[in-house]
Parts: sequence; C-alpha cells; structure tokens
Amino acid sequence: MTGDLIDIREADFDVGAETAALTAGDPAAGAVATFVGLVRDRNDGGGPGGVAAMSLEHYPGMTEKALAGIVEEARGRWDIRRVRVIHRVGDLSPGDRIVYVGVSSAHRGEAFAACEFVMDYLKTRAPFWKKEQTPDGARWVDARESDDQAAERWGGGGR
Amino acid sequence: MIQVRYFASLREALGRSSESVDPPPSVTTVASLRDHLAARGEPWNALGTARNLRAAVNQDMVGMEAPVAAGDEVAFFPPVTGG
Repeated sequence: MTGDLIDIREADFDVGAETAALTAGDPAAGAVATFVGLVRDRNDGGGPGGVAAMSLEHYPGMTEKALAGIVEEARGRWDIRRVRVIHRVGDLSPGDRIVYVGVSSAHRGEAFAACEFVMDYLKTRAPFWKKEQTPDGARWVDARESDDQAAERWGGGGR
Repeated sequence: MIQVRYFASLREALGRSSESVDPPPSVTTVASLRDHLAARGEPWNALGTARNLRAAVNQDMVGMEAPVAAGDEVAFFPPVTGG
C-alpha cells in the first residue's frame, strides 16, 4: 500500500515524521499504534553499564524479504491500512533507537494487534544479530526463549 | 555449485562469510550439506556442534530437512536477535 515502508539503515529515524506518514492523506485511518525499541545499557539480570555499545549485523536481501513476508502475514490477519518498519544496523549506543514499527487502521484493535505481531515475528524471523561490547569484551547476544514464546502465541509457529 | 553464507558468531568461528561449494550427490538437504561441510574438520566442525543452528535457502528460513540443489544460496546462522 502507498505509504508502506520497510527500511534497513544505519541512520536514526524521526518517530514523529514516521508516524505522520502512516496516515498522511488517508482520512479513513482512525488509529495508529507504534513501537520503538531502544538499545539498553545492560543485559537481562545485569547492572547499568554492562553494555557500552552494540553492533548489529544482518543478511541483506533476506532481511527485507523476511520483513515483507511478516507484513503480508499481518495483512492477512487484520484489516490494517499502512505498515512502516525501520530497523537500524551498524554501530549503536545505549539509548539509541534501534527499531520502529508503526501500523494504521480504521480502529484501534487491529493496529494494536498487528503492531505487536510484527514485532514478535521480527524478533524470531528477521535475520538480525546483536553483538554487545561489555567490560569483559565483545559477546554475541543469545536468543531468548521468551521471544520464541511471544511469537508462538500468535499460532503458525515462530521459528 | 551452491553458494554458502555464514553470519554472526558462526561467521566469526569459521573465519569467513561465504564460500562456493560443489557438493557430492549425497547432499540433497540442508542437513546433509551441513554434515558435508562440517566433516572437513577444524574449524568447519563448528557447523556440526553449533547449538540451535538455523538455515535459510534462497533467503527463506527453512528447517534442516529442506531440499537444496545446485544454484541455491544456503545460509547458516545462529538464532536471530534483532528488534
């Protein structure tokens, strides 16, 4: 749909501009749900300062294809209007925005559900990998079982 | 030929991000390709011992039982951690 976006990039994004683009020129849209993910300064269970920096690797080509598939699946499940997905790659610092998902729809239920669905599937199906810089050196982030469970609750099997 | 690609911790463990492989006829699935590559010894045995190894064929995530054929692009990587 016009106004849809899937963008993998190093640069930051403007949350206000992206959210405005979800409904610009679309008077049938009555609801917008957005999610913004940030780089944290700690791991799960760790203290502040445990993560000094982060770098993100991805699989160019497959990333875009996987995200397009996820958006298409969301469209099959809910009556939504526009979907914009931005994911940053490269070097990031704590506090940086890392991912944006925005969904517009006629009513709030579809936008809320589709936004969460896209994030849950992105977490388990889009080929991104985080590497943290810690005081003890660099380490690849382990996948979390809770992310698999979040994707599985939608049915259809998160991988 | 099969174009094989590696990502993240697996790429680092193997010391390379891609290679072209001309596998024997016994390689018909992702699992048999993995076993063929891992059998080459260090550092390739990391492919056989990697926890929760994931794979994609032609940029679609697949299970280890998925078929592979000449001309395919096959990728191996750890579980994804984006978002």
